[in-house]
Amino acid sequence: MSTTALPSYEDATARYEPVIGLETHVELGTNTKMFCGCPTEFGAEPNTQVCPVCLALPGALPVANRQGIEATIRIGLALNCDIASWCRMARKNYFYPDMPKNFQTSQYDEPLCTDGYVDVEIDGETVRIGIERVHLEEDTGKTLHVGGATGRIHGATESLVDYNRAGIPLVEIVTKPVPGIGAKAPEVARAYVTELRDIIRSLGVSDVRMEQGSLRCDVNTSLNKPGEEWGTRTETKNVNSLRSVERAVRSEIIRQAGILDDGGKIVQETRHFQEDTGDTRPGRSKETATDYRYFPEPDLVPIAPDPAWVAELKAALPERPSAKRARLREEWGISELDMQSVANAGAVELIEETIAAGASPAGARKWWMGELARRANETGVELAEVGATPAQVAQLQALVDDGKLNDKLARTVLEGVVAGEGDPAQVMAARGLEVVSDTGALQTAVDEAIAANPDIAAKIRDGKVAAAGALVGAVMKTTRGQADAKTVRDLILARLS
Amino acid sequence: MAAISREEVAHLARLSRLAVTEEELDRFAGQLDVILQSVARIGDVAADDIPPTSHSVPLTNVYRDDVVQPCLTQDAALAGAPDTAEGRFRVPRILDEEA
Amino acid sequence: MSDVTRMTAAQIAGLIAAGETSAVEVATAHLDRIDAVDDRVHAFLHVDREGALAAAADVDARRGRGEELGPLAGVPVAVKDIIATKGVPTTAASKILEGWKPPYDATLVERLRAAGTVMLGKTNMDEFAMGSSTEYSAYGPTNNPWDLGRIPGGSGGGSAASLAAYEAPLAIGTDTGGSIRQPGAVTGTVGAKPTYGGTSRYGLIAFSSSLDTPGPCARTVEDAALLHAVIAGHDVRDSTSIPQPVPDVVGAARLGATGDLSGVKLGLVKEFAGEGAEPGVIAAFRESVEALVKLGAEVVEISCPHFEYALPAYYLIAPSEASSNLARFDGVRYGLRAGDDGKRSLEEVMSLTRDEGFGPEVKRRIILGTYALSSGYYDAYYGQAQKVRTLITRDFTSAFEKVDVLIAPTTPFVAFPFGSRTSDPYQMYLADLYTIPTNLYGGPAISVPCGLSEGLPVGFQIMAPTMADDRMYRVAAALESAVGTLTPPEL
Repeated sequence: MSTTALPSYEDATARYEPVIGLETHVELGTNTKMFCGCPTEFGAEPNTQVCPVCLALPGALPVANRQGIEATIRIGLALNCDIASWCRMARKNYFYPDMPKNFQTSQYDEPLCTDGYVDVEIDGETVRIGIERVHLEEDTGKTLHVGGATGRIHGATESLVDYNRAGIPLVEIVTKPVPGIGAKAPEVARAYVTELRDIIRSLGVSDVRMEQGSLRCDVNTSLNKPGEEWGTRTETKNVNSLRSVERAVRSEIIRQAGILDDGGKIVQETRHFQEDTGDTRPGRSKETATDYRYFPEPDLVPIAPDPAWVAELKAALPERPSAKRARLREEWGISELDMQSVANAGAVELIEETIAAGASPAGARKWWMGELARRANETGVELAEVGATPAQVAQLQALVDDGKLNDKLARTVLEGVVAGEGDPAQVMAARGLEVVSDTGALQTAVDEAIAANPDIAAKIRDGKVAAAGALVGAVMKTTRGQADAKTVRDLILARLS
Repeated sequence: MAAISREEVAHLARLSRLAVTEEELDRFAGQLDVILQSVARIGDVAADDIPPTSHSVPLTNVYRDDVVQPCLTQDAALAGAPDTAEGRFRVPRILDEEA
Repeated sequence: MSDVTRMTAAQIAGLIAAGETSAVEVATAHLDRIDAVDDRVHAFLHVDREGALAAAADVDARRGRGEELGPLAGVPVAVKDIIATKGVPTTAASKILEGWKPPYDATLVERLRAAGTVMLGKTNMDEFAMGSSTEYSAYGPTNNPWDLGRIPGGSGGGSAASLAAYEAPLAIGTDTGGSIRQPGAVTGTVGAKPTYGGTSRYGLIAFSSSLDTPGPCARTVEDAALLHAVIAGHDVRDSTSIPQPVPDVVGAARLGATGDLSGVKLGLVKEFAGEGAEPGVIAAFRESVEALVKLGAEVVEISCPHFEYALPAYYLIAPSEASSNLARFDGVRYGLRAGDDGKRSLEEVMSLTRDEGFGPEVKRRIILGTYALSSGYYDAYYGQAQKVRTLITRDFTSAFEKVDVLIAPTTPFVAFPFGSRTSDPYQMYLADLYTIPTNLYGGPAISVPCGLSEGLPVGFQIMAPTMADDRMYRVAAALESAVGTLTPPEL
């Protein structure tokens, strides 16, 4: 390891041109595994979602999940790829205990989708990321390392294997090398993974959650002097968040520049990103002569997607998330920044549906990004699972617009909705929360407040209208918040003018 | 000339996770050499423009529906295992370079 | 009543159906026969007396209730130990699977059970079906009932010997390069390899996935056809299973038994008709060809120029697939684990397990297959073998434009003495010289006894186009009607 000081990022990118590449694994959200009918739910007891096929019991045979094939093709189409008219699965042979067959059913030189691209926007400029291939494979089981200090493989005395995850479909998306982006490389990498995540989420084929491992990313980085050939690349694994993607590229550029500055050579290797320090460290070195001995999987017949079916899938692709966001931003009249927070909160569709159910864009956004987002955050659930539907939110807003609820009451009603007490109108009725609009009753309350606060009343009579607020508060208190504040104010001013 | 060396056989045995003995290595190297010399004549066939056959059945697109089927119980899954703990398959320590 | 163990499956089924005997009586007679002779024959690795009697009693009870049962209800069957049988030990004759009881049944075992057949037990074989003599069984060889000092063929020597020893009237085998047909030939029994994809591989412990084909073994052609009809047919659990109706093999066998082959064109494989075989084998084969001509068949010589490359292609493809298929035997999820002293690493334990658990032939083939798939050798070996496979298939398809079936001896030699071919593995491989082309093509083929050479059985092989299994049954039954079945000496 170099002992001299590392260059700054600015210096590094002034002297060297980075070339990046990304390999992303997406765990598909199918009901069952890729080659057997075992469920794929997260968090089951160990080895309870297994069968002869995914445990690789002698004699068991795989049968491909149609949904896995379809999802892979849809991802390929969404990434502007060509879909193979005929291709085969292949066996990738190597021994590892989390892989029951000691080979991975994958694809080798005949991927299902090839040669696509994704456009990302960086500072108003479009960068096109080429997609080399999209192929289908299967996930491994999970290994628990026991006896070591940290639960890591180093120092462990034994390991325990759970095959529940083994055989869940994985789609691997490999970019072409991305040169010519200079110092923007980390941003481009992050923007690409973000865009990829949004596209795949819009397809509904995976929940693409990096923190749960359903979206995993490896980043390849190399440096070269301007005008020279591309350098030796390293592969950084263990990049588990969007922020880490950016940090990993950045730190790897600095590290490699430091070595090159010293006249050293970059070793082609696998490195691991360290979440705590933000740098990369050498990973386990692979067996020196790893030879995967790929060959066509004889137990699975070739995949030959019917062109008409592929055309149908293509026609049915959802609007591209970036295009959709631009359109909605326009329609809703909000800033790019606001739109990003809506997207990050997973609220785009919820707000859309709420608007479709009759709410104004501002009203819809207010509830989802305010009260409900806060609640989802507190309870750690997805916004869509927070307990309110777009239709209910639209109804709530309508009640506010009609003056039947004020803002404070609406929040209380929403609490009831989330608690499962029914639609807003039902909660309002059951809890007796309607705004008091009977002017007779209100007038009495106003008169009482004036009588009880002669000093304030005198100030208002003297033209200090701002003092009315205190009387409004008093009336609201006696009506337990169920009055419309504006109506109360008007009554007070009328009485005292 | 031998078609395969003793060193190559040792490398292949390691790739295939076979802890062959020295005696086995000697024997296999000789036997595999005979076999390889015999099968090497497959190279005599002019087949450059011939497509390979990986499957003898002309089937494509054999899929199943994405419907959950019954699993084995944890007990049944672990029943044949040499060693288990905490509902999992227990294995000796994994060396770093095994990946 | 005469001894049911000497009867055909069809006769036994007839007696049970007529109420003249019971499935339990039939099972008991066979189990007793196994008790009496299997210490000398060693056809079985595991006899499931309890299970057999329970299954037989169930058949009798169902018959008693007047239920309609299949044509083989109550007939005993022996199953090769490479087929998964729920709760019944399944080892593929390997130490690495000693004591393993599958938690599931192979599809064909489900079908056997549904048909009311009675499984007697699991038969001996070469370890993981790699061999032609059963000498590579980890549990000791099976002895040929014709001469206990000779091999019963392989890999399915146990299934074939169980028939020749009258321990079972029917047996299941698997044929990757001849493992049903060659044992049939050297034990004087009938062995049929169905079309690849015609019988389900689900539950068959994989040796070479693109070649493995389970099929029926019996003492008569009709019995083989009856068993074929029970186990064949599409299976959704095997992606390579053909979704088409099973050809009417029973009807074809009965048609052939009438002894009329007029209008049937037989293609004598020129490359296999003279060279490499023992003179007695050639002689018996030639006589049988004459017999078929007398039944009205037309015989023409057909050249299949690429058949000579079938053996090398096979010994590259099968070990390659095997090296991958057998990777799962690692001492983690099932089977043997060796050398786990608490200090060794997983890699060491896996390697010791596999070295101890696999026999020499299995290890040789794993290493050979690993070699053929290695980068740098793939194109010259595995890749080239796959191309030759295409050429062999073309030889078959062009032959079947001219003739209905192809004929050849099943194997070049009669049963050889133990130990005569184990020192040079390639000499053992030659036993499969005539059977292998069919496996590479995927079509069906059957071996039927056609006489003796030096007092030992010779097999006659009939190869048919894919999914035309009925054609080979017709010709086989005709030949059987002409030359008769063979009766081994009393044990």
